[in-house]
Amino acid sequence: MTDTLSQFSVLSLYSAMAVYAIAFIVFTFDLARGAGREANAAAASDSIVQSTGEGSTATLTRVRAEAATRSTSRGRLARIAMALTWLGFLFQLVATVLRGVAASRVPWANMYEFAMTGTLIITLVFLIVNLKWDLAFVGAFSTGLVLLLLGLSATRYYVEVVPLPPALQSYWLVIHVFVATLGTGFFALGFALSLTQLLQTRREHRTVDAKPTRLAWMSRLPDSAQLENYAYRLIIIGFIFWTFTLIAGAVWADKAWGRYWGWDTKEVWTFIIWTIYAGYIHARSTRGWRGTRSAVLAMVGFGSVMFNFTVVNIYFKGLHAYSGLN
Amino acid sequence: MLRPSDHIDSAHANPGDDVREIRLSLGGWLRWAWRQITSMRTALILLLLLAIAAVPGSIFPQRSSDPNGVTQYFADNPDTAAWLEGFQLFDVYTSVWFSAIYLLLFISLVGCVIPRAKHHWDALRSAPPATPQNLNRLPAHLTARMPGVSPDAAIAAAESVLRRDRYRVRRYDAANRLTVSAERGYMRETGNLVFHVALVGVLIAVGLGGGFGYAGQRVVVEGQAFTNSLIAYDSFSPGRFFSDATLSPFSLRLDKFTTRYEETNVNAVGQPIDYTADVTIEQRGEEPVGDVIKVNEPLNIGGSDVYLLGNGYAPEVTVRDAAGSVIYQEAVPFLPQDRNLTSVGVVKLPDGLKQQVGLIGFFYPTVNEGHAGASFSMYPDLLDPMLTFNVYVGDLGLNDGVPRSVYALDTSKLTKLTGTKTNLPSLELRPGDTAQLPNGLGSVSLETVKRFASLDVHRDPAQGWVLVFAIAAVAGLLTSLFIPRRRVWISVREQADGTVVEYAALARGDDPTLSAALTHIANAHGSNLGLERD
Repeated sequence: MTDTLSQFSVLSLYSAMAVYAIAFIVFTFDLARGAGREANAAAASDSIVQSTGEGSTATLTRVRAEAATRSTSRGRLARIAMALTWLGFLFQLVATVLRGVAASRVPWANMYEFAMTGTLIITLVFLIVNLKWDLAFVGAFSTGLVLLLLGLSATRYYVEVVPLPPALQSYWLVIHVFVATLGTGFFALGFALSLTQLLQTRREHRTVDAKPTRLAWMSRLPDSAQLENYAYRLIIIGFIFWTFTLIAGAVWADKAWGRYWGWDTKEVWTFIIWTIYAGYIHARSTRGWRGTRSAVLAMVGFGSVMFNFTVVNIYFKGLHAYSGLN
Repeated sequence: MLRPSDHIDSAHANPGDDVREIRLSLGGWLRWAWRQITSMRTALILLLLLAIAAVPGSIFPQRSSDPNGVTQYFADNPDTAAWLEGFQLFDVYTSVWFSAIYLLLFISLVGCVIPRAKHHWDALRSAPPATPQNLNRLPAHLTARMPGVSPDAAIAAAESVLRRDRYRVRRYDAANRLTVSAERGYMRETGNLVFHVALVGVLIAVGLGGGFGYAGQRVVVEGQAFTNSLIAYDSFSPGRFFSDATLSPFSLRLDKFTTRYEETNVNAVGQPIDYTADVTIEQRGEEPVGDVIKVNEPLNIGGSDVYLLGNGYAPEVTVRDAAGSVIYQEAVPFLPQDRNLTSVGVVKLPDGLKQQVGLIGFFYPTVNEGHAGASFSMYPDLLDPMLTFNVYVGDLGLNDGVPRSVYALDTSKLTKLTGTKTNLPSLELRPGDTAQLPNGLGSVSLETVKRFASLDVHRDPAQGWVLVFAIAAVAGLLTSLFIPRRRVWISVREQADGTVVEYAALARGDDPTLSAALTHIANAHGSNLGLERD
């Protein structure tokens, strides 16, 4: 039974990857051809609107692009790619749930499972945020990253379903690890937006200087200030989750290892990541650091998250040795 | 000043100030240094330095978390190790440079928090500021004409709408216009201050807990007991201000240690599923009570927590001399070497035999023989246990006063009598077996095989406070990041063609919904006056 279910899980995961691959291609075409054209038109109207009503009633007009962006329609390619991403997400959801059922526990107890659940959350955050703002231009990054991580874990980190060792038998596994994946999901999207922001800033400067730029296609995306706002709002949510991960991890460590903090390698890196993002949040309100420098910090932060997940898990010695790999 | 001078919201510093202050007195220098250290830029750089400084601790083994790794590193790379030691790279988190960074950071933080707290306290008790002359210069601005509405009614409605949205409201009227000034979201700054103060609280609580607490390790074999006292521990690390009196008086006996290993799942045969230590606790003046310790379920005894951190086998070994009298009988804890619990242990016999004898033992819970003839354990449970001994004679090195590990045998002054490179095979014992020692020294028997648990006993009197401050920090963080602080002004003017109402808003800090909020207020104001939108 366990074997059958986990085989179906793998099958469903491969289907999800195939669909993500197509979505990735469509997103890329969309980027090349006209992503966010309307979104930017709305963003450009980010100015003070003065409206004077006639007659005896007050006429009030919304001011900022924020609200306007929401109602803009996406291009056809973007719509197709978003639909594909939803489909891939559903396949992956089935894969993840089946894996959990096969193991009779939460599907995030080793590296393969953590990658599966983590990328599921990255995709979910991307999809949910897109219900609010039009960030379809991040789709190529988001599906690309998810594909890469899934491919890596399915081929290199795959392990059969095994029971939980005593150290992992705790409800904190459910809370601590899940919240960490949530934080990772928001940081991933924040990374993509900060990267876009850096490129956009570069294009804007070259445009102001009337120099040629190969980034002309980016004129259709939101301007760098707007991208920075999006990134910031996602990252502060990720930061809250990360703070909670840190505290929940300490509470669990106190139960399992007899101390709440011991500078274990994974603890060290969780702390480093927290500190970098704390720096990012402060940088945004420090003169000379807003904009490019804070965007670089956001990217270094997510780089550290990925480093923590891959290199620290596999090569660094520590108590968090749950990759399931030998 | 609300924020440090390099805060994005603050006005640019006047360059003239610097010119005037070129010649600084000592007080001037101190003021200058204080201003530097409490600036946002310095805090930010210290924060990033802290992140970088933490990295080496994950690369090099640390004495705090991996003392054996440090010993190994010194053995493998003596030259580099000595060099790294000079930079305290094996004690990164207690090193001078790491401490310097976080102490400076916290000084900077306190220096920033105190003036902000004072400023916030004043702000909490003062009315919203006067209405600016030109509302249309503000980041969010709306205008509405309301013919047929009297200015008095309009401003009264504005006041009530803002109050209903929990704004603090103050009227500022002039000859040509009636205005209200309103502010909300004071909790944002309160949360911000709570967050930063809570971080200081965490640091202090961590320091105090480490200072007054202790941690002790003890290996207990089934049937054995120990009392919570300094001499009972195999290793003990007290905090700086620790005193014996804080050791809560109790004794603990390990009645039984049960393990369960996976048997059916072919991918995980032999993987541990459960460890349970059945113990009896006796506190002073109380009846003994039975209890259970498991890996994720420590036992709290009188303020100390007892954790189950490891386990293994303790073969019970009896040694008799040539005449057959028992000179040694003990359950010897063997240290596990692999996941199938091939274990290594040592028996030292300084007295009672003709010569000093040392035994290095290998224990296999389920023995199997490899291709090369070497034994190994193929399953962690006791299915087919075997104990082998290599016998050494000579000087055990116990008389020169140097402390020796009970788990290691210094063979430098010993001669090997059995095992590889000798003429005799290793002694092989199954439970109940007896084997003769070479040279007519005597005999050694394996009686039974018991299990041991390695327990950690901890006390950290401040750890509850660490948690309280951590939760306060999260609460402060949530309020400071998600409660918008904003000022709103509504001005009413009477013009020839009717009453004109202007709405304007200013965010203090990041506020993505400022415009939406202003629109909402304007709409609510219209409805309050009974107006309909087009």
